[in-house]
Amino acid sequence: MDFLQLFDPTIFPVLAADGLTNGAVYALLALATVLVFAVTRVIFIPLGEFVVFGTLTLASLQLGKVPGTLSLLLVLLGAAALMEALTWVRRGQAGRGLLTLGGAALLGAALWALAGWAVPLKPPLWGQVILTLLLVAPLGPLIYRTVYQPLQNATVLVLLIASVALHLVLTGLALVFFGPEGSRTPPFAAGNVTLGQVTLSWQSLLVILVSALLMLGLYFFFDRTMPGKALRATAVNRLGARLVGISPSSAGTLTFTLAAVIAGLGGMLIGPSVAMTYDSGFLIGLKGFIGAIIGGLVSYPLAAVGAVLVGLIESFASFSLSAWKEVIVFTLILPVLLWRSLTTRHIPEDEE
Amino acid sequence: MSRAGSPSARRTGLPLRALLTGAAVVVALALPLVLPLFQVTLLVNVLIFAVVVTGLVLLTGIVGLTSFGQAAFMGVGAYTTAVLTTQAGWSTWLTLLAGFGVTALIAWLLGLMTLRMQGHYLPLATIAWGISLYYVFGNTPALGGFTGLTDIPPVHFFGLSLTSPRTFAYLALVCLGVVALGAQFLLSSRVGRAMRALRGGPLVAEAFGVNTFRLRVQVFVLAALMASLAGWLYAHSQRFVNPTPFSLQAGIEYLFMAVVGGSQHVWGGVLGAGLITLLREWLRDLLPALIGAQGNFEVIVFGVLVILTLQFARRGLWPLIERVLPREEVRLLPEHSRLPERGKPQPGTPLLEVAHALKTFGGLRAVNDVSFELRAGEILGLIGPNGAGKSTLFNLITGVNPATGGRVTFAGQDITRASAGQIHRLGVARTFQHVHLLPDLTLLANTMMGGYARGRAGMVASLLHLERREEAALQHEALRQLERVGLGEQAFTLAGNLALGQQRILEVARALVADPTLLLLDEPAAGLRYGEKMELVALLKRLRDEGVTILLVEHDMDLVMNLVDRLVVMNYGEKLAEGTPAEIRANAAVREAYLGVDMAEGAA
Amino acid sequence: MTAVSGAQPAAPLLLEVRNLHTRYGRVEALDGVSVQVPAGHIVSVIGANGAGKTTLMNSIMGVLPSSGEIFYQGQSLRGVPLEARVARGISLVPERRDLFASMTVADNLQLGAYSRRRENWRADLDDVYARFPRLLERRTQLAGTLSGGEQQMLAIGRALMGKPRLLLLDEPSLGLAPLIVRDILRIVQGLRGGGVTVLLVEQNARASLAISDEAYVLETGQVSLHGPAAELARNEALGASYLGG
Repeated sequence: MDFLQLFDPTIFPVLAADGLTNGAVYALLALATVLVFAVTRVIFIPLGEFVVFGTLTLASLQLGKVPGTLSLLLVLLGAAALMEALTWVRRGQAGRGLLTLGGAALLGAALWALAGWAVPLKPPLWGQVILTLLLVAPLGPLIYRTVYQPLQNATVLVLLIASVALHLVLTGLALVFFGPEGSRTPPFAAGNVTLGQVTLSWQSLLVILVSALLMLGLYFFFDRTMPGKALRATAVNRLGARLVGISPSSAGTLTFTLAAVIAGLGGMLIGPSVAMTYDSGFLIGLKGFIGAIIGGLVSYPLAAVGAVLVGLIESFASFSLSAWKEVIVFTLILPVLLWRSLTTRHIPEDEE
Repeated sequence: MSRAGSPSARRTGLPLRALLTGAAVVVALALPLVLPLFQVTLLVNVLIFAVVVTGLVLLTGIVGLTSFGQAAFMGVGAYTTAVLTTQAGWSTWLTLLAGFGVTALIAWLLGLMTLRMQGHYLPLATIAWGISLYYVFGNTPALGGFTGLTDIPPVHFFGLSLTSPRTFAYLALVCLGVVALGAQFLLSSRVGRAMRALRGGPLVAEAFGVNTFRLRVQVFVLAALMASLAGWLYAHSQRFVNPTPFSLQAGIEYLFMAVVGGSQHVWGGVLGAGLITLLREWLRDLLPALIGAQGNFEVIVFGVLVILTLQFARRGLWPLIERVLPREEVRLLPEHSRLPERGKPQPGTPLLEVAHALKTFGGLRAVNDVSFELRAGEILGLIGPNGAGKSTLFNLITGVNPATGGRVTFAGQDITRASAGQIHRLGVARTFQHVHLLPDLTLLANTMMGGYARGRAGMVASLLHLERREEAALQHEALRQLERVGLGEQAFTLAGNLALGQQRILEVARALVADPTLLLLDEPAAGLRYGEKMELVALLKRLRDEGVTILLVEHDMDLVMNLVDRLVVMNYGEKLAEGTPAEIRANAAVREAYLGVDMAEGAA
Repeated sequence: MTAVSGAQPAAPLLLEVRNLHTRYGRVEALDGVSVQVPAGHIVSVIGANGAGKTTLMNSIMGVLPSSGEIFYQGQSLRGVPLEARVARGISLVPERRDLFASMTVADNLQLGAYSRRRENWRADLDDVYARFPRLLERRTQLAGTLSGGEQQMLAIGRALMGKPRLLLLDEPSLGLAPLIVRDILRIVQGLRGGGVTVLLVEQNARASLAISDEAYVLETGQVSLHGPAAELARNEALGASYLGG
């Protein structure tokens, strides 16, 4: 294929729009990755699986089927409630332990009943979106409670290995829940909009718009609200945060909830443009991740810009060298790492 | 040997551990003959995987670097031999070497790019590298694309063609044996001690002259070479290659084997390789029947298993087995020669000179225009209240955090910009304010770490145990220094069992093994009890009488006053006073700095 | 341990530490420490580096696990996590201050009130600004850009935003110039009027004794001396342990 064709005026804008659309979703994932790492030191590889769960849960709902996500949610809820109850019992407060178990049972039953009632009715799209979020978002805090909270004092590397293990579990479960075939969800908006020479689908525009709004919302959350500031404080100084009464567990729970919501929404946004299968999550998550690494796992704006760049490169690469698309995107990480290694000062261990 | 009476030297009467190892070898040698053919094939896979995991044990368990890319390195070895044997008709033994060459080059480049940075960049880079290589294999027609390459010739060994799994199993066994033995040899050598020291952070390793970056790259390349060997074995046991066994997921599984088995032990890695491989076979039959669909569902169980292992047995399963095994005996080697010693300067000649030293952090002047001189044979105390800049000055002399301005000269050489390792090699050895020892190693091994810069043995010599003569000299030097400080009796106990006072004295012994001209002690008395302090003072006085020059940063006035020849007092980053203990005691400014401001004076 | 004076303090105890042991691995940093802090008093703990002062503060706060008993307002703190101790009215100003360096002074102070989110913290913010006018001037500046003295004020201010009944101050004078030390200690002295009880760790022995009611001397993890601060200030043995006789 001719490389110069890329710059053909009829092809370039299409590729750029595609790249921007996917890049916007990668940017959301990059932000979530940076957030989770900064607050909990967890390199959250399974973020991509949350994207998959978002798309495929919505796809199930559209078919009027209760997705397997519900059973995962109920199992995790049970496990988390048991662990929580055990902690209370160990502190000598068995009563509160029982209360926790009871509450979890009630909540689980309510979710089960809601899903069983609403799903066969095939609610309108916005209802399905809310239902999907109700099923996917709680997975975040529940996974934090069951997997990461017991490892709170572990090193970054141990947490990373746990993340990779969790990625495998979720991929395996996605195969059980949704089967090997891919699904594509219908677009939220049909038709195209023409801006001068550029023709953009309403769906693309919607994705970019919603992503931008979400980022704005996050900015407001972190800059203006007490819980947002508390998360930033935890990221800046863990002990300092504990000393003003912010518990690392509650910060972790909130962070993972946010990450799950962002990734779940991302999955629903990207669902119409990508044929999603049970194992697509890893690559999608990693692309957001490369953005995060470009931002050094600390800078939000750099991470977002990096992720959009990844989307653009991927889009152009898929046109001219589609088989090599993944190689190009992932080899990109090496010069970035090299640049980071040359610019990051080697800081010796702190010895007071 | 004068220490023949030392009770702990050869105390393990039963060579039980050696017997057990022997029995394990016999069983391993018998297995390929006894097992049914299908299980022999499985055994070959376990052995090959164990070779990869052994590399990961060195890399992850010992040095603390994580790689998800070992399967990709395995793929490099496998594809190199596949291409060169099928398309160029090379001998299988030549292709093994070619695979090593290609792997080493790639690993070296990746290491150069990522190993300077914090721990988590390497695993991320290896993830990217693992994914990329999989697609490179799959998308290159010359490599057979996703279907792979077939008709790879078998390995020939003295005219014997290793086509049956039973004969091939012996080749794999020999390879694993060589790799595991090499790894064990490495761990009980000069380089192995440096690798273990790296795990606790670069500070200690660098203070004793280890080039930490180079060592990390070396270990990364070594682990990659082990994976490459495994890839060669895999290609010739399967006789065909395709990208799947070298994908990122396989790389993740190798890491799991190390984590579940016990990543800090060579045998833990072998255990993990066996457990996970067998478990996978078993689950492959069981799970599809349970779930009622086809697919590799065993990863769900693996993932949960790994998370549970991390939560409940973070060091893996092998330590649980190790607990019931007899402890490994420490063997003392016969001493043939002594390590060369450094010429010592004449007492009274200038040894260390700090001139107008300046260190700023942002706008803060932590050390501001401090000058003093230290002469050979004296004990100089550097004192001052908390936050006075003593530790900063100490870091500046030891090269941990070099000065922003001014000049530091040691034995006539300018060391202002020298690294910690360079300064150490000139004859400066130090202890740490927060004790930095390896609690799981014996006092002897900890002390030997101090002599790293006096040895030469590199990675290869250590792998093959060609450095035994030097190791023996180091062992005996370490024993001598342990006796010098009064810890000779406990040479074979674990450092973690000592009280804090003894741990600090052990750090002194470790520094002494370096044969230093100047001994730097960073708050050696902090946290010590009265009796322990008295022992420390007695030891340091004895060392001074034996000609060791000592610079001591200390907070405890009592201790300092009774010990040192001269004192330098610091406050707010500046030198407040200098003189003999008597002069300092009479100094009003010093009294003020120590007992602090008077609230009554000048107050309303 | 030697008590300089046998007299028991008359005020009810806000904090009572009984036979506290704290270990780092196999090293015992606190070896049976008992400390009593009467409500409304300033009690100081003095001692050399490595004597266990910071360990004592961290153990009381729950940053470090310890064995022994800690009673606060008559209730045992066993099994109460750090965050819950903050909510019960204990605040620690740590030796390293642990400010949120990349956040503004105002944000740092606001977060100080995190444990009592629903109450009106804005009035307390004005109180803190009144106590530390410098912080009001710098409220939009990032905490990491403040001078050492200002950072210490911010750390104390942040702790006060939590409306503590018991304030644990770990080496507030660390690395500060004498004039600023005097300012800071005077502020600490002023807290007593506001109903805050203070446990103060200091190396600056003379100054901290001057503002304290009682004092404890810690030596290698044990209390070697305790009694009214005024008596300890006159104690010859204390001078000796600091200046080597």
